[in-house]
Amino acid sequence: MIRIAIFDYGAGNIFSLKSSLKRNGANVSVINDFNDVIENLDGLILPGVGNFDPALLSVYKCKRKFLNYIEKNIPILGICLGMEMLFEKSEEGNLEGLKIIKGEVVSLPKSLIKIPHIGWNNLEIVNGKSKLFEGIPNNSWVYFVHSYYTVPEEISIITARTNYGISIPACIEKNNIFCTQFHPEKSSEIGERMMKNFIKICTQSK
Amino acid sequence: MDVNKGRVVKGINFKELKDAGNPAILAKRYSEEGADELVFLDITAAEEHREIMKNIVKKVASVINIPFTVGGGIKKLEDARNILLSGADRVSINTAAVINPDLIQELMSIFGRQCIVVALDVSRNYGKGGKNIFSKDGKNYWFEIKTYGGKKSTLIDAIEWAKKVEKLGAGEILLTSIDADGTENGYDIELLNAICNRINIPVIASGGCGSKEDILKVFEKTQVDAALAASLFHFKRASLNEVKEYLHKNNILIRL
Repeated sequence: MIRIAIFDYGAGNIFSLKSSLKRNGANVSVINDFNDVIENLDGLILPGVGNFDPALLSVYKCKRKFLNYIEKNIPILGICLGMEMLFEKSEEGNLEGLKIIKGEVVSLPKSLIKIPHIGWNNLEIVNGKSKLFEGIPNNSWVYFVHSYYTVPEEISIITARTNYGISIPACIEKNNIFCTQFHPEKSSEIGERMMKNFIKICTQSK
Repeated sequence: MDVNKGRVVKGINFKELKDAGNPAILAKRYSEEGADELVFLDITAAEEHREIMKNIVKKVASVINIPFTVGGGIKKLEDARNILLSGADRVSINTAAVINPDLIQELMSIFGRQCIVVALDVSRNYGKGGKNIFSKDGKNYWFEIKTYGGKKSTLIDAIEWAKKVEKLGAGEILLTSIDADGTENGYDIELLNAICNRINIPVIASGGCGSKEDILKVFEKTQVDAALAASLFHFKRASLNEVKEYLHKNNILIRL
């Protein structure tokens, strides 16, 4: 069985994510440290609910081990805040990001639109080859809840975009790191399919 | 879904509660039928000063894959954390925010703005005290915030309160018109416009929906971001699919 860990920052709903992974056949553990467990994992999820600084503090506690984990190239799914944390910095917080992806996280344009962005938007797939999108039609509806968005330095890592007043990255992919600005665990059948795809990616990377 | 002692109920003007079913079964049905979001309010929690039944939240959350807001009886940080860890995506606070507005800021700084819904239960007050006065048929009134499931008067002007909760860090407002609730005569367009035009966070319209036409009307006549309906679906007067097809045909952008 595929073993996937969810990193718990202690600040949000990871129950839905856990339920979704279980429904799709993964063995799930919830961790708040990387002691002992690294060797046994097939995949890691950085979930998407919380605030930038407090969430980062909980990863900083075990940052070196976390970086060791990244070096092993085991698949990672970063959802929303879990995506944003991988960048160098964010307008939401004062702490440095994990600096795994070059670029920054900025606020959605306050003058243009309502913030936070809460709701369903279309996914414009720009890289159909991504394994995360297997069986996902272009323009599928996915569910967003966020106030910030990522600006990666390398445009080529963006695999899907969405338009909320402005065009923003909805998914990025680099090596074995997959990120979604939206919440697949909340995106009905489409999201369920993406969770399945991520589990498959973990199986293939084993 | 308004929940009372573990069952989904629906009342008229927040009174005369009728049984509408088991929360987990209804939640699963709505999730599968295409609901875009579920709202789960333990309507007696604040009143009886007891904590929400976490187990129901867990049961509901384990069978659905759409967003899920939970409110009722959330008085402090720990209550919110418990609800979120049980599977809710967002917490909705009402009475506790009126008693202690700083709670909004506290929750926002830990969980993020998008996690915090402030529910406003509002009714027209024909007496003195409000700041923003409206008039109809020669009568003056203002919109007042009610707490404890609509039972307690606060003398707080709803428009001023909405502006304040936005400043304090609310991510969304769930705006219920007590005057319209359960009447099935349509949403309270006047109230919704009064609030939407003065704030810049998403607003969910609630109270009064009796038909798919009411939902179309609320999107055409106001700037609300979402419309909540209870009786319409609980008592199967319309299906979610039928409503969504109808909105789509009338040029409302909606997930089908």
